[in-house]
Amino acid sequence: MATLEIKDLHVSVNTDEGSKEILKGVDLTIKAGETHAIMGPNGSGKSTLSYAIAGHPKYDVTSGTVLLDGENVLDMTVDERARAGLFLAMQYPVEVPGVSMSNFLRTAATAVRGEAPKLRHWVKEVKEAMSELDIDPAFAERSVNEGFSGGEKKRHEILQLGLLKPKVAILDETDSGLDVDALRVVSEGVNRYKQSGDVGVMLITHYTRILKYISPDFVHVFAGGRIAESGGPELADQLEAEGYVKYIGKPEAAGIA
Amino acid sequence: MAVTTDQEQHGLTAHSHGAGAPISSRADHFTSFDVNAFEVPGGREEIWRFTPMKRLANLHNGAEATGTANVEVNAPDGVTVETVARGDERLGVAGTPGDRVAAQAWSSFTEATVVTLPGDAKSEPTTITVTGAGEGQVAYGHLHVHAKQFAEAVVVIDHRGSGAYADNVEFVVGDGAHLTVVAIQDWADDAVHVSSHHAKLGRDASFKHTVITLGGNVVRLTPVVTYTGRGGDAELLGLYFADAGQHLEHRTFIDHSASNCRSNVVYKGALQGEDAHTVWIGDVLIRAAAEGTETFELNRNLVLTDGARADSVPNLEIETGEIEGAGHASATGRFDDEQLFYLQARGIPEDQARRLVVRGFFHEILLKIAVPEVRERLEAAIEAELEAVGV
Ligand SMILES: Nc1ncnc2c1ncn2[C@@H]1O[C@H](COP(=O)(O)OP(=O)(O)OP(=O)(O)O)[C@@H](O)[C@H]1O
Ligand SMILES: [Mg+2]
Repeated sequence: MATLEIKDLHVSVNTDEGSKEILKGVDLTIKAGETHAIMGPNGSGKSTLSYAIAGHPKYDVTSGTVLLDGENVLDMTVDERARAGLFLAMQYPVEVPGVSMSNFLRTAATAVRGEAPKLRHWVKEVKEAMSELDIDPAFAERSVNEGFSGGEKKRHEILQLGLLKPKVAILDETDSGLDVDALRVVSEGVNRYKQSGDVGVMLITHYTRILKYISPDFVHVFAGGRIAESGGPELADQLEAEGYVKYIGKPEAAGIA
Repeated sequence: MAVTTDQEQHGLTAHSHGAGAPISSRADHFTSFDVNAFEVPGGREEIWRFTPMKRLANLHNGAEATGTANVEVNAPDGVTVETVARGDERLGVAGTPGDRVAAQAWSSFTEATVVTLPGDAKSEPTTITVTGAGEGQVAYGHLHVHAKQFAEAVVVIDHRGSGAYADNVEFVVGDGAHLTVVAIQDWADDAVHVSSHHAKLGRDASFKHTVITLGGNVVRLTPVVTYTGRGGDAELLGLYFADAGQHLEHRTFIDHSASNCRSNVVYKGALQGEDAHTVWIGDVLIRAAAEGTETFELNRNLVLTDGARADSVPNLEIETGEIEGAGHASATGRFDDEQLFYLQARGIPEDQARRLVVRGFFHEILLKIAVPEVRERLEAAIEAELEAVGV
């Protein structure tokens, strides 16, 4: 049973002008089998939370803890966290020129699984996973994310999710930049992952539309670097109707834009 | 993201661009076969300002030959290999020395190697292995490669060993010939190599020149391309990897004097370790007669550790408005932490992630190396370089 526990997390970002506190005490526990939607206005710190958990060097954890199955994630290097079972689908996936997608996927799978997947099975596994996400097989020979459209990048993040099968997945605005068909395909990918085992999902989103495909067990409103309110799926409906105005003091719709 | 990037794209307007110091026109560049026509450079001269003169073993200051480099040619049937004395009339036709060391080499070599690639035929690769005269020794050499009309051939020149070595290498590419050259500088740690490559392209000739510089204390290579007829096509590729204390300098010059010719220069380098220094000077001159020219040059450097320095100076001079296209780009960047983070976030350990990124950086050049054995050797060499610093 995987559990991700975030306790009183304070995080600062290193900028050219110095250090700036973004996360101001985040508490959140995600258990296996649960999907938590994190919704919040632009700039509220959602990506900062996901980067800090993944271990991005730009973000400093100034206090608080993050535990995965009781193990202190903050003591681990970025790759150790991933091998321990954390996965971050990034809002802006990074281009890595000259490294083919297929080489990258195989290297990652080898690292996470602890041994190189048998070539024959692997080829088949990747092919199937790509076709489930409507990804043209030609992408396997292209450089990682290089020249991919926004939607293509997101599909490939979910492709990696399916192949690496983490214990806890953090999906940072995987829905943004997707058209209706792509949103459905990607959501189905996430749902397949959810059904594949006892896994936890942190679904970061700005809009409620993805929640029609991926049903959350909990909805949290993120504002000003912390969780401002938590509830069940009904909280999403309320956000859809009222926007984030209540949390930031200015009107911003969650459903339309 | 890269820490410093300097990107320039040039369109069809006639102008010249030099990054930094004022540069006199490349058209006025002095050349001569007479070593005494050149003053002994002190290091402040435009063409020497990046070079550590003290480490040149006096090649620039009249150093006498104390030994000879061993030249071994492995040629397939049909390719003629000769050792000729000074004065052979074929020598010196591809170009004139453009600096004092080249003129010194021209004045000092005792015998030259002439390789003739048969016309109207496709030849298997020819390998020329040049081994330095040994530590503390000084040697001069001369190599002449002639691809006859409609020849299709590959020549690999492999430099290794110790000592100081200065030479001129000529490539005469006949009309319609296709010549592929791979020049590898994989010298021992003490070696000093100052070399000028002179390529003369005939009408519709195609010349692909790949430089790979890995080993040596100081390596300074000056490839010069000239065209004698229309339709010539030159592709100059370079890959270098400098470790602590190494100075690796490449100075390409494409002299577009004929119409409807093309050139494409792509040099990529990685640096690591204290005082690793690389220099790339990319001169392109499009003379008034060179209408319909198409040229592009690019240099990228990847600085892997602190204390390393890459200099990169593209210089494009255009004397006619009637060109197809011309451009250059140059960028020197630090290792990209975002790429590293992304790969690590997928479970890939840091050292492996770094190697993936560096290999990826060189990928476009490796891909273009047509000789599989060379490509494999190079991949292994890059791997070894990365292991050496524990990245
Ligand atoms: N590297 C950085 N340098 C400077 N400021 C940063 C950096 N990263 C984040 N910030 C600031 O921290 C705040 C939170 O940013 P973050 O990206 O976490 O927000 P978000 O909730 O993900 O927003 P969005 O909905 O637009 O994705 C913003 O004000 C942002 O400008
Ligand atoms: Mg964000």
